[in-house]
Amino acid sequence: MKITEKEVRYVADLANLQLTDPEIGRLAKDLDEILTHIDTLNEIDTSHVEPMAQVLYDAAETATLRDDIECVPLGSQAALANAPLAGNGYYKVPKVIER
Amino acid sequence: MSASVANLPSLAIPEVREGLAKRAFSAVELAQSALEFAQKENPKTNAYLHFSPERALAAAEAVDQKLAAGQDPGLLAGVPLAVKDVIVTKGVRTTCGSRLLERYIPPYDATAVVRLEQAGGIILGKTNCDEFAMGSSTENSAYGPTRNPVALDRVPGGSSGGSAAVVAQGTAVVSLGSDTGGSVRQPASFCGVVGVTPTYGRVSRYGLVAFASSLDHIGPFARTVPDAAALLQTIAGRDEMDSTSAFAPVPDYVAQLDGKVAGTKIGLPREYFEGLASESGDLILKGVELLKKLGCQVREISLPATKYAVPCYYIIATAEASSNLARYDGVRYTSRADSETLSDMYRATRGAGFGAECKRRIMLGTYVLSHGYYDAYYLKAQKVRALIADDFRKAFSEVDAIVAPVSPSPAFKLGEKMDDPLEMYLSDIYTITGDLAGIPCMSVPCGRTAGGLPVGMQILARHFDETGMFRLADAFEKAGGFAG
Repeated sequence: MKITEKEVRYVADLANLQLTDPEIGRLAKDLDEILTHIDTLNEIDTSHVEPMAQVLYDAAETATLRDDIECVPLGSQAALANAPLAGNGYYKVPKVIER
Repeated sequence: MSASVANLPSLAIPEVREGLAKRAFSAVELAQSALEFAQKENPKTNAYLHFSPERALAAAEAVDQKLAAGQDPGLLAGVPLAVKDVIVTKGVRTTCGSRLLERYIPPYDATAVVRLEQAGGIILGKTNCDEFAMGSSTENSAYGPTRNPVALDRVPGGSSGGSAAVVAQGTAVVSLGSDTGGSVRQPASFCGVVGVTPTYGRVSRYGLVAFASSLDHIGPFARTVPDAAALLQTIAGRDEMDSTSAFAPVPDYVAQLDGKVAGTKIGLPREYFEGLASESGDLILKGVELLKKLGCQVREISLPATKYAVPCYYIIATAEASSNLARYDGVRYTSRADSETLSDMYRATRGAGFGAECKRRIMLGTYVLSHGYYDAYYLKAQKVRALIADDFRKAFSEVDAIVAPVSPSPAFKLGEKMDDPLEMYLSDIYTITGDLAGIPCMSVPCGRTAGGLPVGMQILARHFDETGMFRLADAFEKAGGFAG
């Protein structure tokens, strides 16, 4: 067993993901199978390998910097148009601070 | 093929240009006919999720005005095309195949979309895909699966199944998809069309809804190699809005399709031909014989780290996905499950909104990044990724291109693999290596099985050598008579 249902619940908590009991059972089985397969990576010696953190170096490090020029932003009305709940130019969420 | 509206399902870009030039049809007439035809045919496959007639007709109108004024209307003038629903379109619903974004209307256009329309392209609508591009069959869409137009009881592949299907079905001339682990090449091979994954960074991802940022690409589908090349050169090139987009100049790929492939050195990686379903394997080996007839020098090569590509990919892709998908929390993107507290609102929204495959990947990604596991999983995978990239670097010091299968088998039946996620992941074995290395690769049709199912041959090339890749694919397609 690579992963237990208890660990699945813990990870779901980290991921902010509400799961039903059947989903937890199914995920424990699926993740166990996948993690077992992933263990094949242990066969390969990578002690002298640098991790690949960048796919391509196409230009100098500073090439992506640009002049600081003003431009018109999207605007809060357009940005908020897809909000489930908005008001006064802000996103609205359930109360987070108790008085 | 003559340039007429009656030939809509088989039109290629040069024929659209010819038809407009000879006044056989106007851009508006072609757009109207194409929309009508696509809407009539779509129920057979569910390849389009929604259509954008207003936008299409406005774009066509603009092309006609340019033509009337004697101006150059652009390389894609009047070409009816489709865009995968993970690429944002201003004012046109973009769902990513997810319930969560059922009502999402983007406030801006992806750079690739802007460039398509600047070149005169006509966007007919948005195509179906696996939810957030996660899957290999388009069965993970919240809006129902897409059927393969070649065999309606089979999947079109995925995740860009809708974009492959519309081109195969003739309800678009070309289309855009996205590829993170094979999501353009695998559906292209299943549907018998051309599909291209360009070099990492070749095409701006601004407006491509992020899945795994170190692996995501936008890529074209077409019925011919020259059409795919035309589409890529239109959308490629540096974009200030995507700092990962490459600075390398974009060549005129189409102009360099000169058929001069004699002497091209081609490597066949032995690891890709072990355990290959016999009929697909036979067709690819026949394709290799054809390349030899064209004067290519073929030799066997080895890419020893291939075996580790699937586990490496499913660590990196899911880790990045778990982070990218954190934004769907009920605050900004249309869907919210009402709850008393903020934390419960996040959980309930995500629990109700994501489908099974997205949940599986969010969970795996969160697990491999969680405290105490980072070194064992993510860091290890990044090191293995370096070995995979190094295999290709070494191979390309000896050969100009690599030829391989795209998928272990042709299109499978709907429902066949839905209960076995690991089996589904393993079917990506031949495509994920190209994404991990960031090299350009493509699927070009190489024939059909006795049962009539298309098989694609994969061509992989050096970073930024799309020119050589297209030249080889074009010569192959012409010699084999494979153009759709």
